[in-house]
Amino acid sequence: MEEKSSRFITLYICILKEVKNVTMIPQASQLLGGDPISIAFQIIFTVVFVVFIFYGQRIQMYVMLNEVKNSLIRLKYIRDEGRKTTIETIRELGKPATDPTARVDQFLDYITIPPEGMDPSGIVWKLEHILDVQDTRFKDEVKLMAPQADPTQINNLENSLEVAMSLNLVYKVIRHYYMLGKKTYSLYVIMQVQMALPLIMREAEALSAALKAFTTGQPIGDGAGQLVTAKMIYGHEQRKVEKDYVVSTIQIEGRTVHVLKAEGPGGNVGKPGEAIKRIIEENDGKIASIITIDAAQKLEGESTGEVAEGIGVAIGGPGVDQFKVEEELVKYKIPINAVVIKEDIGDSVSPMRKEVTDAVDVAIENVKRVIKERTKEGDAVIVAGIGNSIGIGQ
Amino acid sequence: MSEDSEAKEAPEPPQGASSYSFAIIFITLVLSLAALGFAVNSYLTYISRNQFYEAVYATVFLIIGFLGLASSTYMLMQTRGRIMRMRIEIPPVMTTITCQKCGFKNVRTFERGDYVFKQAGPCPKCNDKLLVSAIYREVKEKPKKEIF
Repeated sequence: MEEKSSRFITLYICILKEVKNVTMIPQASQLLGGDPISIAFQIIFTVVFVVFIFYGQRIQMYVMLNEVKNSLIRLKYIRDEGRKTTIETIRELGKPATDPTARVDQFLDYITIPPEGMDPSGIVWKLEHILDVQDTRFKDEVKLMAPQADPTQINNLENSLEVAMSLNLVYKVIRHYYMLGKKTYSLYVIMQVQMALPLIMREAEALSAALKAFTTGQPIGDGAGQLVTAKMIYGHEQRKVEKDYVVSTIQIEGRTVHVLKAEGPGGNVGKPGEAIKRIIEENDGKIASIITIDAAQKLEGESTGEVAEGIGVAIGGPGVDQFKVEEELVKYKIPINAVVIKEDIGDSVSPMRKEVTDAVDVAIENVKRVIKERTKEGDAVIVAGIGNSIGIGQ
Repeated sequence: MSEDSEAKEAPEPPQGASSYSFAIIFITLVLSLAALGFAVNSYLTYISRNQFYEAVYATVFLIIGFLGLASSTYMLMQTRGRIMRMRIEIPPVMTTITCQKCGFKNVRTFERGDYVFKQAGPCPKCNDKLLVSAIYREVKEKPKKEIF
């Protein structure tokens, strides 16, 4: 037993000596003579050291390229699944006479060129015109692809195609940088795409979930504002106003409240700017306050479904509607308030989370409180729901 | 550049783990097991003949064997992870149907055609109109220890 333990001790002393030899900087005399294992380790160490001096950056680049490649494979899979789902839904709902695949593929590569901004004066109207043309063109395309679809389904299919188009664009842009990086071996080209990838992947995953929501007509997180106004006007008389919006006039605490909602349950954002402008003009500018309700992006650490209040026009998108409302506010000196429901950027395009659904009642109470505190009895108020009305009726 | 030629250059999504990856993993596994065998052999020789260099060989082979085993296991796990990542997880979406009169509530899986404020037939309790009151997805988040 004692002999065995002494052998073990000798063995480990020997190992320690070898380890010491290996970790020391090799000397010429040691390389030429000595233990073959030590020489082998010293050669390996020296080779690795030299390789890392000259090729360290290239190795790093290969690692980054590999990361981008893996994400690109995932993006391609998401893009292809999205395309497949969209084509299947068009076939199911639209019952086209011919195969819609070629038309969908053509649609996925559609481009929208924004107006030139060298002279910014009047750019809002130019942008609005471009967006109007795009909307009309998309709707016409969908009608051709899915002739049997009803208006609600057409809106949902249009939204689905837009999502599939976004996924296609994301995939193509990342593929462009991947190939450019591979072609030029430029660390900076590869680095910028590799660093942005985590956020891009999150958005792509969210868009993938959005596609499912749009093809089946599920409410999405962005519709939080619409759900608030839908609950406020349900059961009241409604009339259509500008571009896909409905208005209902209700009484809250002695105030006349004009509640605006994008017409649902089809996927529709409408033109809230035009709708608000119309109501202001109908009341000759005598509006005591405007309250916009929208979903807002939460910061990391904040809870989904948190309701926040503030001042300003809570209308997202390209900015045309926000601009129009602000013009009216200045013209008639109308105070503006905002109520927002916070959620993640991914949640805003995915099926609505329970936390957001629960937050809707809190938001309604906030709106009522703002009306009570910021206006007097007999005043007229506008409450506008902003967002996509998919899956939300009225 | 046409779409076809671009597609050739772009990485293709694997349908599963490629046989090439599996071959590399298998070879690494066999080599690492062989190294472990050599380590045992060298150690036994060292015990019987008391030669120091055999002890060194045993240690080196042991290290190589364990490193090979660890790397092949890691590669296998990575390959499995890639297959898992290829799935798109769609969370279940629920539809809540309520009766405005008696408060009857029914929660079921979302069906195409459901929308908030859709009339969903008569109430089984009071025969009044049922209404889709909410459509949502429930995300079960793991409780995190947040400092901030």
